[in-house]
Amino acid sequence: MKMSLRNIQKVRSIWSLNFNPSYLITFTKLSKYIALSGWEVDTKLSIILILTDGIVFYNQTTTMKKLITVVIWVFCGGFIFAQESPDTKNDTTKLDEITLVGRRKLSNYRQEKTLSSIDDYLEKSSKITMIKRGNYAWEPAMNNMNSERLSVTIDGMQIFGACTDKMDPITSYVDVSNLQKVSIGSGQSGSENGHTIGGGIDLQLSNSKFHQSGLKTSIDLGYETNGNYKTGGLDLEYSGNKFYLHADGIYRKSDNYDAGNSQEVLYSQFQKYNISLQSGYKLNDHHTFEAAVIYDKATDVGYPALTMDVSLAEALITSVTHKFENDSTLIQSLESKLYFNTITHVMDDSKRPDVPIRMDMPGWSDTYGFYSKATTNINKHAFEVNLNGFYNRSLAEMTMYPNDPNQSAMFMYTWPDIRTLYSGIYAKDTYAIKDDMSLSAALRIGFHQNEIAKETGLESLQIFYPEIGATKNRMLTSFTTNYQVKKEHYDVSLGAGYGERAASVSEGYGFFLFNSFDNYDYIGNPTLNNEKAIEANFKANYHENRFHLGLETSYFYIIDYIIGSVDNSLSPMTIGASGVKMYEALSHAKIFNVYLNSSYKFSNSFSLNGTVGYNYGSGSNNENLPLIKPFSYLAEVNYSKPKFNAALQLQGNGNQTRYSGFYGEDETSAYAILNLNLGNEFNLNANKFVLKYGIENILDTNYSTYADWNNIPRQGRNFYINMSYIIY
Amino acid sequence: MNLLLNKTLKKMKLKYIIPILFIALFTVACSSDDDSDAIINEVENLKKIQELTNATHTVELFNATGKFETGYNAISIRIKDNGTNNYVENASLSWMPVMQMPTMKHSSPKSDILKSLGKKTLYEGFIVYQMANLDGSGWSLTIEYSIDGTNYSVASDIIVMQSEYQNVTSFMGADDTRYLIAMIEPQTPKIAINKLKLGLFKMETMMSFPVVEDYKITLDPRMPGMGNHSSPNNTDLTYNLANKMYEGNLSLTMTGYWVLNLKLLNTLDEVLKGENVTEEHPKSSLYLELEF
Repeated sequence: MKMSLRNIQKVRSIWSLNFNPSYLITFTKLSKYIALSGWEVDTKLSIILILTDGIVFYNQTTTMKKLITVVIWVFCGGFIFAQESPDTKNDTTKLDEITLVGRRKLSNYRQEKTLSSIDDYLEKSSKITMIKRGNYAWEPAMNNMNSERLSVTIDGMQIFGACTDKMDPITSYVDVSNLQKVSIGSGQSGSENGHTIGGGIDLQLSNSKFHQSGLKTSIDLGYETNGNYKTGGLDLEYSGNKFYLHADGIYRKSDNYDAGNSQEVLYSQFQKYNISLQSGYKLNDHHTFEAAVIYDKATDVGYPALTMDVSLAEALITSVTHKFENDSTLIQSLESKLYFNTITHVMDDSKRPDVPIRMDMPGWSDTYGFYSKATTNINKHAFEVNLNGFYNRSLAEMTMYPNDPNQSAMFMYTWPDIRTLYSGIYAKDTYAIKDDMSLSAALRIGFHQNEIAKETGLESLQIFYPEIGATKNRMLTSFTTNYQVKKEHYDVSLGAGYGERAASVSEGYGFFLFNSFDNYDYIGNPTLNNEKAIEANFKANYHENRFHLGLETSYFYIIDYIIGSVDNSLSPMTIGASGVKMYEALSHAKIFNVYLNSSYKFSNSFSLNGTVGYNYGSGSNNENLPLIKPFSYLAEVNYSKPKFNAALQLQGNGNQTRYSGFYGEDETSAYAILNLNLGNEFNLNANKFVLKYGIENILDTNYSTYADWNNIPRQGRNFYINMSYIIY
Repeated sequence: MNLLLNKTLKKMKLKYIIPILFIALFTVACSSDDDSDAIINEVENLKKIQELTNATHTVELFNATGKFETGYNAISIRIKDNGTNNYVENASLSWMPVMQMPTMKHSSPKSDILKSLGKKTLYEGFIVYQMANLDGSGWSLTIEYSIDGTNYSVASDIIVMQSEYQNVTSFMGADDTRYLIAMIEPQTPKIAINKLKLGLFKMETMMSFPVVEDYKITLDPRMPGMGNHSSPNNTDLTYNLANKMYEGNLSLTMTGYWVLNLKLLNTLDEVLKGENVTEEHPKSSLYLELEF
C-alpha cells in the first residue's frame, strides 16, 4: 500500500507537537519511495518515522478507539538524534529501499552489513569517532571527547566499564541484536540520562512488542576474509496480545587481521558471544511489565596497541520495567526501571612473549540503579521529567610478578574500591511557539558522591594527597536551551548550554594507571573541581528539489578541563614509562567542530552525497588537545532499487597537522580508502532472505587514523558477506 | 567508673540487670580463686621465646613471634619466683647479649629494661642483633636483676636466626667509626605513608653501643623489581630525643620487595656512608630491605 499525503496529515495531526512540518515536506517528497503498511492491533497507535536524512521521529502511545500500528522505515541508519541531528552519511544503504518491516532492531537489514557490530554501527555516524586499541571494544568519541566526557547508557541504565585502561567501553557489552536504536544527543542535549560535556549515547533496547505477530525466527551468518571473521546469530521472537518474548544470541570470532599489503597485526584476534532475553506482559491497557537480561562474554581479545590483552570481559545486565500509559491522566506516560549490572574484566599478558614484568590486572564494576520518567503534554508544552539514581562500585587491582622468583608478588589497588552514589532530576519543556517554530529548555541537577571504601585505598592515595578524606560530594548542574525553525526549504536550529561533570574514577582515584598512548603512568586527583562547559551550537539545512545542503557546527568552552600533567618529581611504576602524570585541570580548553554535508539525487535510484568536516581543539596552555579529528571527508555514490543496492564510497582524512605532540601524539598522515557495498533482498515464499556483500578498502591501503591508539594500522582489503534469513 | 555504671544500670531494664549481676558475681568469684588468670592475660598476645632459669627464679622472654631474629627485637620479660610460683613485680633488670666468635666476642645495641606501662609483672626492652650464624648459635644472654636489694643473675645460650631481609646493617663510617642502623618500625608495612623509625648506634667498644644523637639519615625507597621505581612524599629521618630514634615518612606505593636506600650525615652534614641512587648506581652502599 502506498502512503498518501492524507495519511501523513493524519499522522501529523496526532503528533503535532513533535512532528515538524518541514519534515513533512521532505516526507511527502519522499513518499513515492515509501511503502507503508499498517495493521490493526489492540488499542495503541505506534508510529515510527525515519526520515531520509537520518532523522528519526519515534513516538508511541496514544489511545485511539481504532488502532493502527504504522511502522515506516525510510532507509537510513536508525539513529535517533535528540535534536534531529546528523545522519549516517556513511550508510550506503541510505535512501535505498524503503521497506516495511514490523519493528526491526537497529534496522540492521538496512545497514551495509546486517551483522555489523555496535562499534561499526556507531562509526557510521559523522558525529561519532571510534578510538581503536585493537579490532574489538572501540571507544566512542563525540565532539572530540571520549568516555569521561560522555554519558553512555544502555536503555537509560548507567553502566561503567571495569577496565582501568578503557579496554571495555560499555558499547562492547551489548550487540546489535539486543538493541532497537541508538539515541545520540550532542553536547548538553545528551544529558537526559546523566551529566555530560560532549554528549549522550543511549543504546536502547527493543520496545514493547505486543503486535500479535506470533513466532518469528531469523538466522544470520556472516563471513569476512580479512581475519577469517565468522559471525552467527539466531533470533527468536514471539509476540502475542498480552505477552512477548524475545531471545537472541550472537557469536563472533576473528583471527588476527591483516593491514594493507598483507601485514598481519598481531594480537588483534577476538571472540565473543552475547545472549539476551527480553520479555513483557501487558496487565491492561495502561500497565505493562517488562524484564530484560543480557549476558555478554568476550574471551581471548587481543589489543595490539596495548601491552596487555584480555582473557575475560563479562557483563550481566538486568532490568525490570514498569510502564504506565494513559492519555486522560495528567501524567500521560510513566516508565520506571530498576536495574543491576555487573562487569568482570581480566587483563592478561600471558600470550605476549616479551614483557618487562608479568602482571594480572582484574577489575570489577557493579551498578545498581533506577529511573522513573514521566511525560505529559499541556497545551503547546511537552514536559518530560526523569528522576534517576545509581550506586556504583569500581574496584581494580594489579599484581606483578617480579622476574626474580625470590621476590614476592607486588600488589596494589589501581581503583581502590570507589563507590559512586548519584541521584538527580532532569526536566525538559518543549514549547511549540508555532507549527514551524519551537523552543525547548532542559535542566538536570544532581548530587554526586565518591567514597573510597577501602582503608588501604585511602591510605595509598594519601601518599600523594595526605590531606584527603574518604568522601567527596559534588553538586552537578546542566542546562540547555534550543530554538528551532523549520520552513519549506530550510530549517535552522540554534542552541546553547552549560554542563558540569564530576571526575571519572580513573581521573579522581586511579593509582598508577599506565597509558600507552603517551607512555605515562597516571595518578588520579581526588581534589579536582567539576569540569564545566559552555556550549553553543548551530545547524542549518537547505533543500531544493533534489539538492540538499547542511551545515552543522558546535563550540565548547570548557573550564577546568581535566587532563594529565607531568610531575617530574615522581617516579614511574611501569617499567619503561616516561614518567608520571597527575590529573590536573587546565584553566580552560576550546573545542570546535564544523561539518558540511550535501547530497544530490540524479534520479530516484541514483544519488551522490558528500561530507567534509573540520575540528579544532586547544588548551589554555596553548597546546593542541589530543585526539582531535583532522580534516575529514566522505563521498558516496548510491544506486538503489527496492531489491538491490550498491554504493561506492571514498573516505579519508587530511594530514593531521594540528597533532598534539605535547600530549604524546604524533602526526598521522593523510589517507583515503575506497569501499564497495552491495545488497540484495529476496522473498522466498513468505520468508525473506537478505544478502549483503562487498569489499572494504579495495585498494588495500595500509593506513592508520588519528584515532588509532599507537598508530596501529587498520584493516587492509576485506571481502565480506552477510546473510539473513527471516522466517515469519 | 561506678557513677557511670550506675547510670548505665538505671537505663537498663530489670530483666537485663539480673543476668548481668549473676555474670558479674560469677566472674568475681572465679578471679578471686586464681590470681594467675589475670597475670597470664599480661602476655596474651605474646609468644614465649625462651626461659632462663637459676636456682631461685625463672626468667621468661616473650615477643610477638616467639623467636629472636637479626635486627630489632622488642622483648618482654617476666620473672617467676620458683618457690611461690608468683611473678615478681618489683625487680630492676639489666642485660648483656654476647656473640662468641672464633677469635673474639662482642655485644650488640640494646635498651635499658623498664617496667611495661600499665603492667604488673612485665618488663620490656629491645636488643638489636646485628648478625647470626646459620644455625642460630653463638649468642648468649645474661640478665642481672635485683629484687628487694638482693642481686641475682641468670644466663643462657639463645638462638638468633638470620632475618630474610636486611633490617639491620653495620658499617664503617667515613669518620672511621663503626655504626649500626636498625629498622624499628614499620613492623607491618602497608600501602600508605608509613612511619619509619630507625635506631642509630655507634660501636664505642666491643661491648658498648650507645645511641648516636642528632645525625640525619636520608631516605630513598626503591623497588628493584619494578625498574627501581621510587615513591613520593618520603621524608629524611631526624632524631627524636623522646624515644631516641630517627623518624621520617616512608611511602610504599605497592606491596612487594623494597630497598630503603639511606645516607648517613653527621651533625655537620658530612656524609658518613651511602650514596645517591642514580641510573648507574642503582643502590646505595647503605640500605635496609623490607618486603610485605
